[in-house]
Amino acid sequence: MATPFLQIDGVAMRYGGVEGTLALRGTSLDVAEGEFVAVVGPSGCGKSTLMRLVTGLWPPTEGTVIVAGSEVTGPLSIAGMAFQNPTLLPWRNVLDNVMLPLEVVQPHRRRLRARRGSYERHARALLKLVGLEGFETKFPWQLSGGMQQRASLCRALVHDPRLLMLDEPFGALDVFTREDLWDVLQDVWIATKPTVVLVTHDLKEAVYLSDRVLIMSARPGRIIAERAVPYPRPRRLDLTYGAGFQAIVHELRDRISEARRAVGPDDAA
Amino acid sequence: MPRSAARSAEALAEAARRRRRLENALPWLVIGGMFLAWEAAVHAFGIEPFILPAPSAIAESMVKWWRPLLSNAWATLVTTVAGFLLAVVFGLLLGIAIGSSVLVYRGLYPLLIAFNSVPKVAVVPILVIWFGAGFWPAVLTAFLISFFPIVVNVATGIATVEPELRDVLRALGAKPVDIIRKVGLPRSMPYFFASLKVAITVAFVGSIISETVAANEGIGHLMLVASSRFDVPLVFAGLIVTGVMGVLMYWVAVTIEERTTGWATRGQNDPRLATGG
Repeated sequence: MATPFLQIDGVAMRYGGVEGTLALRGTSLDVAEGEFVAVVGPSGCGKSTLMRLVTGLWPPTEGTVIVAGSEVTGPLSIAGMAFQNPTLLPWRNVLDNVMLPLEVVQPHRRRLRARRGSYERHARALLKLVGLEGFETKFPWQLSGGMQQRASLCRALVHDPRLLMLDEPFGALDVFTREDLWDVLQDVWIATKPTVVLVTHDLKEAVYLSDRVLIMSARPGRIIAERAVPYPRPRRLDLTYGAGFQAIVHELRDRISEARRAVGPDDAA
Repeated sequence: MPRSAARSAEALAEAARRRRRLENALPWLVIGGMFLAWEAAVHAFGIEPFILPAPSAIAESMVKWWRPLLSNAWATLVTTVAGFLLAVVFGLLLGIAIGSSVLVYRGLYPLLIAFNSVPKVAVVPILVIWFGAGFWPAVLTAFLISFFPIVVNVATGIATVEPELRDVLRALGAKPVDIIRKVGLPRSMPYFFASLKVAITVAFVGSIISETVAANEGIGHLMLVASSRFDVPLVFAGLIVTGVMGVLMYWVAVTIEERTTGWATRGQNDPRLATGG
């Protein structure tokens, strides 16, 4: 097997000094280039911590994180991020919000002035892909939650990241909007093929979207099991009602229950 | 049916228009009412003009002394605006520094609060020793009294940037300067303009305090001279002129605020802007 694109090896993360909370311990995982991986686990298991370690926002207390062949020591500009909260800037319209990373990340930052036109076309194409065509000049507060999340996804993608880190991006949306956005994300992934790590607590979402689901234990989190999802793409929502799909979801649910029981009732987290 | 619906819609619109007219007229009605009540009270209780002059006496005095009132008001306006602009520049810079660095915040904040607690009247004599009576003490007093709200507000705006947004930008390789420029500063603008409304009004307090202590011109000086001659109507005329200037400058600040940071007060004025969906 080729060297994995993202390689996390024996990572531990402790907050607030020696006495602080241990969020991760002995976490190891590999993700191949272009793979779509979902990470699920009981709440408070350190999923979000994992995201921040991978993108180089925080250094791990122990272990190494390797992305694209080199160890992560600082912020990683080949990564795009989206969160549960869309965090759009209220004073910028949708297009300018999506363009924000281009004003920050190199080499686009240098080129932005000269090539504004082509960058803008690229941003508009992305907005069209997620179904926001015609909303470019609207402001975030003029959009619904689902539309804001679409724009946030575009912002994460606009600099063509090779690694897309999504932290419960659909967690705050209603079921119908969420299912719409699953397909949007799937289309985007098929079109641009970044490596995706999706952190979620929605098992159906994890199975529907990913090639592989990783299960984390309760805090301190580590990967305790994984489950490959065999279905070819593009997947359609009908799939989620099939017996095979349901069986995978149930299997994952059992594993997570085990993980929670292993540490005792509810809040060891 | 449709006709009556149309009529009731019209009636609703008419009611809304009436309400808006009332809202616009209300400040003038209140001010006019206050002066009327004042006038009536002075006559009814036979209050002496050197204790509380009637508005009519004040107006008379205004007409009589319009030239010195105008020139002194101008002097006060110039010193106030100069001090205020200094406060804007300095307050903005210091606010950015305090809001973006915990070290600067911890180091400077106690000193700032101590400084702000010192009554500015007590500082004026020192300023007079340093710069002589007149223009500079007034400018500096206006500055000293008005920069504090600006610093606090700008610092708050910058320090409260959402951690996730900070993460998005940091993960892209944004330096702290980028985050302040792209997010912190625009974000703190509504706070900044809110503070300007406070700052411009207290700036008048500063310059007039200084003028009453040591100056050769300005509304404060004029009121001091008038009161030493027991020309109480003129003292009140000075007060009213000051109030008018304060309202005017406040209005300027509000206009700038609405033009630049309308996004922060969206929807409150115009529900049609929100499309939802």
